[in-house]
Amino acid sequence: MRGGRLIGLHLGLVAVLFALNFVLPAYSHGTVARVMVLATYAMGYNILFGYTGLLSLGHAMFFAAGMYGLAMPMTHLGLGAGPALLTGIGSAAVLSLGVGLLALRTRGVAFMIVTLMFSQAAWLTILLAGRWTRGDEGVVIPQADRMLLGLDLSDPSTRYLAALALFSAVLFGTLWLVRQPIGRVLVAIRENEDRAELLGYDTFRHKLGAVVLSGTVSGAAGAAYGLFFGYAGASFAETHYSIFPLLWVLLGGAGTVIGPFLGTLFMFYLIDLTSGLTPAYMLVAGVALVLLTLFAPQGLAGEIRRRWWRGLP
Amino acid sequence: MSALLSTRALSRSFGGLRAVHEVDLDLGPGEVRALIGPNGAGKTTFVSMLIGRVAPSSGRVLFDGQDITRRPAHARVRLGLAYTFQITSVFARLPVAENVALAARRRLGRDRAAVAAEVARTLGRVGLTGREKIAAADLSYGHQRLLELAMGLAQAPRLLILDEPTQGLSEPEIETFKALVRTLAGETAILLIEHNMGVVMELADRITVLDAGVVLAEGAPAAIRADARVQAAYLGTAADA
Amino acid sequence: MEFGPHLMLAVLEGAVTAAVLALMASGLSLVFGVMRVVNVAHGQFFMLGAVLAWAVSSALGGGAVGFVAALLLAPVIAGALAVAADLTVLKRVGYDPERTIVATIGLLYILQQAALMTYGPEARPVAPPFNDRLALPWIEFGPEGPGLIWPWGLSITSYKLFVMGAAAAVLAGLWALMTRTGIGLVMRATQLDRETAQAFGIPVERVYAGVFGLGAALAALAGVLIVPIQQAHYLMGGDALLLSFIVVIIGGLGSLGGTVIAALLIGLSDGIVSVFFSPTLAKILATLLVALVLVFRPEGLMGKAAR
Repeated sequence: MRGGRLIGLHLGLVAVLFALNFVLPAYSHGTVARVMVLATYAMGYNILFGYTGLLSLGHAMFFAAGMYGLAMPMTHLGLGAGPALLTGIGSAAVLSLGVGLLALRTRGVAFMIVTLMFSQAAWLTILLAGRWTRGDEGVVIPQADRMLLGLDLSDPSTRYLAALALFSAVLFGTLWLVRQPIGRVLVAIRENEDRAELLGYDTFRHKLGAVVLSGTVSGAAGAAYGLFFGYAGASFAETHYSIFPLLWVLLGGAGTVIGPFLGTLFMFYLIDLTSGLTPAYMLVAGVALVLLTLFAPQGLAGEIRRRWWRGLP
Repeated sequence: MSALLSTRALSRSFGGLRAVHEVDLDLGPGEVRALIGPNGAGKTTFVSMLIGRVAPSSGRVLFDGQDITRRPAHARVRLGLAYTFQITSVFARLPVAENVALAARRRLGRDRAAVAAEVARTLGRVGLTGREKIAAADLSYGHQRLLELAMGLAQAPRLLILDEPTQGLSEPEIETFKALVRTLAGETAILLIEHNMGVVMELADRITVLDAGVVLAEGAPAAIRADARVQAAYLGTAADA
Repeated sequence: MEFGPHLMLAVLEGAVTAAVLALMASGLSLVFGVMRVVNVAHGQFFMLGAVLAWAVSSALGGGAVGFVAALLLAPVIAGALAVAADLTVLKRVGYDPERTIVATIGLLYILQQAALMTYGPEARPVAPPFNDRLALPWIEFGPEGPGLIWPWGLSITSYKLFVMGAAAAVLAGLWALMTRTGIGLVMRATQLDRETAQAFGIPVERVYAGVFGLGAALAALAGVLIVPIQQAHYLMGGDALLLSFIVVIIGGLGSLGGTVIAALLIGLSDGIVSVFFSPTLAKILATLLVALVLVFRPEGLMGKAAR
């Protein structure tokens, strides 16, 4: 049961998404491209929350670190898209290392609040540095600068395929990781941290690694979002954007590889639909969070695993 | 002295209360040592200091000649100490095989075949073959204790600390446990914290009696049985049980 | 204005903030202390208090009657809503700390967005029932020795004094409730050990529902008190929650005395710092300070080590 079926499932998803590039109408085409980047963010979040069992309420700071780590050097230093993508990812990696070293001294509820506070401070810092970041208004990355390896990322089809490439890389990266010994140790920490420590695993270092990996993937998603859609704004650093990946992952199924994508897709469309009806579209997010907590803490993919496919990673 | 594990004046107090006071203990390679004493004698605090779950107030812990007093728990486990919890602590939602594999993998690394072989061998030893795929939480209590033991064995420890391993087990299960421990002779040293005197007398090479945080007596089972102070403090009430 | 009077004005403004903050934070602290859960929706009950104050007082045609009615009604309504949320949601997740946080995040959005749908996105004022301006003197050391002067702009309103007095009275009442009554005893017993309390016949679930309601009522009361000073708006709960977190963490989670002291500290320093520095920078520093307190001194700056 190892291997084949699993790879098949995830390859199938990628193939379907690839085919959709050619058939989707323009509006949905753009939406799915966005969903793939945001699902990458959710997969990053899932590494920490779903597999390691650490609930962060501050991942927006990593997403924003990637986004601003890309946008600031591009806007103010004239850096090209390729190097800027690296500075974006690097910023998120450094930030997550620092935050991890501090926040991992706490556990449980304190960890959640510490990450929330750090993220709040990061958002306020973006506002404070309004001279460069232009605060809530944000900065637009001109179309001419959004060239990566000779590809024009402002072209919808190119952008879609670039998003798919990022999404697939992280999807298969996660699938690989969770089947490695190190991924198993993360799950062991989630299930029973004391026991994992007493099997000889340095749980602090594993958790730190998970924070850094999770933060870096989230930052890569943030950098890609800025580059693909040509915009970096402070609203991406707000608490909303820390709650979103939690919601997506909970809905799709925490601790499953495919869950974050399912959750992001459903929730994105749900909120998109609602926002056409009322400005109070976040009501949907609130109701979904309460209902998920009450009735389906395993999420969509978790239910599939429970009912039909026990080996689904 | 070629002791595997030694403590020197190991002490711990909790807010003025002396839980463990200046305990010196030497345990040789391959030795089966029982640590007994009435409830509240400081046994669990003492072993928690050995494994690194509780920091000592003063004193030292030496393992294989190295001072490990300040080492974190995981580093001690890497040196060859293994610990099974008094209250069953397994990965409840993970399959039985994965529980043992986690224990074996730290030592054997990425070699999937070696890990699988070790899991099969260890589960066979404790008699859990055939239950690999069920979640640990779905095992009976007695089987969960055996799983704990299997996780200890899969680490191939040089010293296995068993904290009340027979607590809550039925008579036949205790027999199985005793037989298993006898097969470990020569493979690993064992420190056994145990209430069941039958088990202690039968398995231990030497016995250390802890009372109110200090060592009351130490010696061979027969000598301990005959010791008047031990009887007064402990055996007098518990031996009949 | 010169530095001295300016500072005094900042202190007075800070004291008003501190009074409101102490009320709010004591609610959050009470809920954490007794139930060991963090109510992320706490700020929304504050907002609810403010919005209800506007609704009640405008329904009754404004004026002192409307305000007094709001002062009584808003906490009761908010408390009842919180009890309902406790019974339908928190009780059903077994007060598991992490799931409770996720559920109260959901509750946060439900309350906030419901306010947006009904009350709307506008910020609306409520007239204070009384609002006399009281000029304050300042001592100046002139060539003829110290003398009283009345600097222009150095004043406080009677309403702000009332807010401080009301907050002090309610907090004193809360303290008396916790330490001097049977209800307080039951709450403290539940806080110490839930299982034992249950074994002794304390209806733990009703205590939890009551405490959750009381916490929300305190937040709503703070919301009513603030609304004549600062307008009611559906997004006002976010900052309020953050400040309460800061207060509760610095004061030591679950300690009422620590909470009040921390509220004074934060309220005053917020007033003083934001008069002299950028308020954003002040918030950044306060947030980082709190995060670091949690990391290095989880028992709070004034609290004792937990258990």
